[in-house]
Amino acid sequence: MYDIAVIGDRDSVYAFAALGLHVMPAQDKEEALSLLSRLDLTKYAVVYITEQLASQLENELRQYTESPVPAIIPIPGILGNTGIGMESVKLAVERAVGSDIIGAN
Amino acid sequence: MAKVLNVNPTRMELSKLKKRLATARRGHKLLKDKRDELMRQFLDLVRENKTLRKKVEEGLREANKSLALARGIMSDQVAETALLCPSQEVTLELGSKNIMSVDVPVYTAKTRTPNEDDIFCYGLAFTPVELDSAISELNSLLPDLLRLAQVEKSVQMMAVEIEKTRRRVNALEHVMIPRYVDTIRMITMKLDENERSNTARLMKVKDMMIQEQYSAKQQA
Repeated sequence: MYDIAVIGDRDSVYAFAALGLHVMPAQDKEEALSLLSRLDLTKYAVVYITEQLASQLENELRQYTESPVPAIIPIPGILGNTGIGMESVKLAVERAVGSDIIGAN
Repeated sequence: MAKVLNVNPTRMELSKLKKRLATARRGHKLLKDKRDELMRQFLDLVRENKTLRKKVEEGLREANKSLALARGIMSDQVAETALLCPSQEVTLELGSKNIMSVDVPVYTAKTRTPNEDDIFCYGLAFTPVELDSAISELNSLLPDLLRLAQVEKSVQMMAVEIEKTRRRVNALEHVMIPRYVDTIRMITMKLDENERSNTARLMKVKDMMIQEQYSAKQQA
């Protein structure tokens, strides 16, 4: 049995609590990083993180790419969409194919 | 021309190399097939990933709009107490699916209460209606969010595997196989050359022997 965690600034994530996801508010990079490092990987299979935080933690998040657990998924927060989520899909295609052959649509 | 392997030009090495070349060719063909199939599945997943992401980002934007409105009306304390003890809980059952030797995760979501719409854990009297709509929007988005997590993780894992397979195919195609082919050619040529020089020597010796017999006969 695994749980789902949501990391981000309080305003962006607090409503996820109502759905039964585990909300972990973090205001800045350091807080998010310490939350991530303390995250029990036997308990959380999916971690949603706001794009604002994810864009600051790119290098730290890369180590989770290859392992099946956890899946760290950037989602837009209340401050809007930074496009980093789409960017990560694009990067995966570039890694596999050599260039982004699917395009923006 | 690829670099020739550093081996002795003997028949033994030749047959060994021929066997290795056959294995390399078969491996190359298999890996190429694996790469092509991985690529096909990968591209399907990427397309799904992109459409899902668009949908989720759109949905979250809507939900966030309502949330921002709700926050404008109620105080931090009200917001926190309202969501203090959620009545719903989502847990994940983690399975796995094997796509061409990549074990990608499969999530099955389970809710604590049987009714998935059982999400309003607060009295409706003290909270603005925007909070309700934000939460119900998020709730309807949850299956897509989970699906997005699954697809995106699969895409990332498959990208790594494709990269590895592609490197292997290229190494076999452009380094290993040409090297074997060249080495085999080198050994065959050396062996043929030895054969020819042997024949020439024998002919020479035969000539000399005939010459000797001829001069012996003339002397007699």
